Amino acid sequence: MEYFTISLFNGVVYGLLLFMVSAGLTLIFGMMGVLNFAHASFYMVGAYLAYSLQKIFGFWPAIVLAALLVGILGMVVEAFFLRRVHRYGHAHELLLTFGLAFIIAELVKLFYGNYPLNYRVPDALNFAAFQVFGTDYPVYRLLMGGISIGMFILIYLLLTRTRVGIVVRSAIYRPRMAEALGHNVPLVFMGVFGVGAALAGLAGAVAGAFYTTNPNMALELGVIVFVVVVVGGLGSLEGAMLASLLIGLISSFAVGIDLSLIDFFGLFGAREWAESVGGVLALKISSLSATIPFALMLLILLVRPSGLMGEKS
Amino acid sequence: MTESNAPLLEVRDLHAYYGKSHILHGVNFYVGKGEVVSLLGRNGTGRSTTLKAIMGLVPPKSGKILLNGRNLAEARTYAICRAGIGYIPEEREVFSNLTVDENLRMGQQSSHDGAPEWTIEQMFEYFPNLKERRKTKAGNLSGGEQQMLTICRSLLGNPKVLLIDEPTEGLAPKNVAAVEEATHDINRRGVSIVLVEQKLAIALKVSTRVCVMGHGQIVFEGTPEELAGNTKILKEWLAV
Repeated sequence: MEYFTISLFNGVVYGLLLFMVSAGLTLIFGMMGVLNFAHASFYMVGAYLAYSLQKIFGFWPAIVLAALLVGILGMVVEAFFLRRVHRYGHAHELLLTFGLAFIIAELVKLFYGNYPLNYRVPDALNFAAFQVFGTDYPVYRLLMGGISIGMFILIYLLLTRTRVGIVVRSAIYRPRMAEALGHNVPLVFMGVFGVGAALAGLAGAVAGAFYTTNPNMALELGVIVFVVVVVGGLGSLEGAMLASLLIGLISSFAVGIDLSLIDFFGLFGAREWAESVGGVLALKISSLSATIPFALMLLILLVRPSGLMGEKS
Repeated sequence: MTESNAPLLEVRDLHAYYGKSHILHGVNFYVGKGEVVSLLGRNGTGRSTTLKAIMGLVPPKSGKILLNGRNLAEARTYAICRAGIGYIPEEREVFSNLTVDENLRMGQQSSHDGAPEWTIEQMFEYFPNLKERRKTKAGNLSGGEQQMLTICRSLLGNPKVLLIDEPTEGLAPKNVAAVEEATHDINRRGVSIVLVEQKLAIALKVSTRVCVMGHGQIVFEGTPEELAGNTKILKEWLAV
């Protein structure tokens, strides 16, 4: 029961973190159709910038500033790099952003060193929200979850209830017609990309303090956020949220499950045979936990190619 | 030239290309304030391209597009719209993923000096069907309703000149009449119109002047009566 409750909490919070990063990618890849491999690099840059800025401005201002700066970085990337290659298709975007991800990773190593930073949750926020089975549950986790949910509500309302949202959805669907109706579409695209990047930067700034801030953090998260966007359904914010929670929970629970196929065969009295075969049968679910999201993506692509809540196929 | 028909929009020696193929070979025509000018001609003579070039959707290679004397030939598409030119494409291009209401809001622009102002409520007076379906996704509308929606959407930008490409194409007769009536009324309220129309009868009925296009140029310009009486032009450039 204790394991279940804590895994549930941690899984939800990890899922909400995944959403924070993939929300931006949903806008950029899911809606605009820009294959941005460097999205998680924005997440990393957010964490590093926040680490540097908090020494000068304090924790919260640093987080806001880091998000804003990453947003500006995103706009520069869109306006001066991606826009030029967009018409050549996805392969060029992928190559460009792949290179960009490497450049950012190397720059980070150059300036900060190739080891984890001592970026921590400030003491003022480092206390227990409540106790679960005698263990303190950190308030910062709840805070991260809250920020993620706030983000979801804000983007959802922005897209569906405001004129800006209408313009964005139209411009993504029919850019030339939107422009013929008097909307500056390139500016809209730059703005959407900037917001997407800023969201990733915010996620990095917030999560970097809790998890680890190191030069590999982009790589670790980079692929999984694509999985989230694909599983959720391209361009669906609700889908991204659902997929994030699903993957967060699966990862969180799988880590603690030490069962393997041997135990399964054990149910039928074939434990000894299974143990003697070993190999794949001895693989524990916990050691597969990093693989499960990809298996899930494969499954979704086979059964429901448009994703859990996607409209486009 | 009297003041009432002083050119509001003037196209001078317009050349445009699709990739490498030269489509417009020096198009010249003008639209006076309050006029309806139809561009006639067979398919492939450059009528639609002329409208697209005016909007900057097909960038003009050379020539001038003057709106109240201001050259828009090198302006960006959104700036051309904001200067007071509305565009209704042949393909309609409704935003299928948005509701009727949202499509209409997408068209709204602040008023341009001297152009008549339109409200969403007025649009619903023209086309009551749309009001009933305002919460419907535009992709679920019939072809006729989509055509009405695109007309309304562009009108809400409060244009001085409206470029309309084949508005009655593929519509049921009832809808053709509604679109024709709306076009007429829009014009009466002070919006000048450039109309690309396949159906000669409609063009002759609604236009103040007609231009016939052939090989990417204007080959005839005159009143509907003059065209109707000119069998040579009718036979050479318009007979199927």
